[in-house]
Amino acid sequence: MSSAVTAPTDSGPAIQFEDVRLGFSEGDILRGVSFQVQPRETMILLGETGTGKTLTLKLAAGLLSPSAGVVHVLGQEISGMGEAELLDFRRKIGFVFQEGALFDSMTVADNVAYRLREDRVPEEEIGPRVLEALRFVELEHTLEQVPSELSGGMKRRVSIARALISLPKIVLYDSPTAGLDPVTSQTIITLILRLRDVYSVTALLATHRLQDGFALANFHYDAKANRVVHNERNGNASTAREVARTRFLVYRDGGVYFEGEPEEIANSKDPYLQRFLV
Amino acid sequence: MADTPFQVAGSEGKEEKNISAAELLVDSAKSGVLAVQSYAELCGRTLVNMVVGPHYLQDTLEQMDFIGAGSMPIILLAGFFIGAVMVLQTGSQFIRFGQTSLTGDVVAIALVRELGPAFTGLLVTGRCATGIASELGSMLVTEQVDAMRAMGTDPNRKLVVPRVLASLLMLPLLTAIMDFIGLMGGCVASVFSLRLSAIEFWRRAIDALDFADLMQGFTKPVVFGFILATIGCYKGLTVRGGTQGVGRATTQAAVLGSVLIIVADAFLTKVALFLADKVL
Repeated sequence: MSSAVTAPTDSGPAIQFEDVRLGFSEGDILRGVSFQVQPRETMILLGETGTGKTLTLKLAAGLLSPSAGVVHVLGQEISGMGEAELLDFRRKIGFVFQEGALFDSMTVADNVAYRLREDRVPEEEIGPRVLEALRFVELEHTLEQVPSELSGGMKRRVSIARALISLPKIVLYDSPTAGLDPVTSQTIITLILRLRDVYSVTALLATHRLQDGFALANFHYDAKANRVVHNERNGNASTAREVARTRFLVYRDGGVYFEGEPEEIANSKDPYLQRFLV
Repeated sequence: MADTPFQVAGSEGKEEKNISAAELLVDSAKSGVLAVQSYAELCGRTLVNMVVGPHYLQDTLEQMDFIGAGSMPIILLAGFFIGAVMVLQTGSQFIRFGQTSLTGDVVAIALVRELGPAFTGLLVTGRCATGIASELGSMLVTEQVDAMRAMGTDPNRKLVVPRVLASLLMLPLLTAIMDFIGLMGGCVASVFSLRLSAIEFWRRAIDALDFADLMQGFTKPVVFGFILATIGCYKGLTVRGGTQGVGRATTQAAVLGSVLIIVADAFLTKVALFLADKVL
């Protein structure tokens, strides 16, 4: 676990959507979405409820197929893959579901170890890796507990541990702070930040809370000091920002309404964007 | 097109009201065909995955425990009283002709050929198809099935195959237990109600059965096991509408599973009788 994950070696984007459309019998939800997420970049996906944020994440994970358009992830076109190919592909990415989606019939340890057991990793290797992943989210004492005994915030932290156990290159977060109190939300964001800076993962994070995005944009994890510090106060803001760039993508009416840097959205006078600033 | 989301939603609502009866009929026919197609697809994929690995042995054993050992109490209790009722009903008719000794023959043939497999199928459907549908449905609505797929696991291999395999293996065993305990119930009823000797009852019951009866009696539960497990899985994995949908899927699994078992029973009986006549 101590070895950091290397970013995709090819110079292309880690995630690329090209004119992606997705619809159900009720009508189109995504109407021609195009964007790119570069390696080691964190893309904050903002939008009101029902604008297709979760669907975008599921498209990026290959859990859904677009009605039209192309989705490239880690240099592979996943929109044309069959389910058997996708099962293999999904082992390269991590997915943190909104409510955690932990297997409620398994203990926390078994949940975190799930992917390793699927990959037939030797049992003597699984134990230490599970403990390390749970230590990362500061829940090593919950090994033998079942998900129903955990609070909402703890479930999400276990879900993060489960996502990072196989050292994915990309992690997709579906509203990781939704419905949590401010203190727990801050803990989750700090974990995401540490995961980004320690393991160098590319992230696509859907949320309706702009402050989550600003926290990721303005802070970084200082491994030497073992704490989270503000980019400006660290004196090497540009380096920190370059290492882990954060950008924003805002959806409206099934399309991309805004794509840009944290400063652009913070200084925007657009009434729709200002709704998120309140 | 209206400007606000509310107006847009309102206009869509009006359009929905204008759907004609013919369109509704076509839509429901289409969704019926689609349901049959996706059920057939699930069955086909399950059969392929049962042959081609990887297999989840631990999950299969857990399901065998749930379907097999877990169903024992209801099979034992229901089987005993079904056998007893059979004897009381047939015995009351045989008394009129002074042929109560035939009771063992009738109960054995009826139980082994028909009542044992059918009652086992229906009882296990009521207990396990509903359990499977509600468990998988709950997993689906809490995104556990998606989480499984996101971690590179095929839900058909992990969730469906172990349940179908366990059901295929357990139903014939449960039927055998149901047959035996039914004959025990019949024996007790015939001893106390018809004053027959227990040895005479068992001798006649065993003599009445031939190979064709056993073939028929143990082929049916394999088919019933496949039906109840696949219907449970199908209904569970196609839940729509949250926890309310899980409740609906559970009821549908019980109803559809039971009806399909009765329909399949009629066809299987016809085929078995035809084969017994031609081959054996």
